[in-house]
Amino acid sequence: MANFLLFSVIVLAGTGGELCVSRAMKQVGEATSFHPAHIVAVVLRALRQPWMWAGVGMMALAFFALLGALSIYNVSFVVPVTALSYIAGALGGVVFLHERINFWRWLGVLLVAIGVTLVIVGKN
Amino acid sequence: MILVMVICGPLGNVLLGKGMKHVGTLGVWPVSHLLTTALAVFTSISIWMGITSLLVFFVAYALVLSWADYSFVQPASSLAYGVVALLGYLMLGESVSPLRWVGIAIICLGVFVVSRTSPRTTHPEPAGRE
Repeated sequence: MANFLLFSVIVLAGTGGELCVSRAMKQVGEATSFHPAHIVAVVLRALRQPWMWAGVGMMALAFFALLGALSIYNVSFVVPVTALSYIAGALGGVVFLHERINFWRWLGVLLVAIGVTLVIVGKN
Repeated sequence: MILVMVICGPLGNVLLGKGMKHVGTLGVWPVSHLLTTALAVFTSISIWMGITSLLVFFVAYALVLSWADYSFVQPASSLAYGVVALLGYLMLGESVSPLRWVGIAIICLGVFVVSRTSPRTTHPEPAGRE
């Protein structure tokens, strides 16, 4: 049960955090140029978004949960679980960001999740 | 930008991984262990390089997210797995198992499929998109 909780935190807080960051960046608006001054301005504006801080906080939580899991289990057992976050991320995109995901994107996300799992399984 | 993301992300992770291996097993409890661990972690050079690299990755990631769907960017960022394997294979002479190459091929296929969809679906004008 504790394991299940730990892995849920890794996947949910990780993707949840990225979704919050994504939402914050949508509020900041499109970054239009790669000029350093423009990038700094965009970053500063992003840091004023509450969603950004919520996102960074959740990602930090997920990061420490991942470190914790890695100190208990083998990497080969922990990391495939994180492949689930591609599915969770796509679902979150639909629900939280109102992105419209068509058949092809679902297919691509599924392929990526399968591929990531194979890469990790093939490591040892 | 996606290129920066795909290169800095894994680089940061590899550096962090190297640093953490160097630090050894994490002692988190009792609190005195946590302090020694933290000290060892924050005095390691490769950990700071890893953190810098991840920071650059994060800025690039955020900039891309300012105009593209999350469900578009997240799969695209998984190309990083291919970059790691390729870097390891070409620069460090690491062997990459066939299963891993198959996984990378499937990732590339998945990213290709995703890249053929519209990068942004949340625009007000829906006609003709998707």
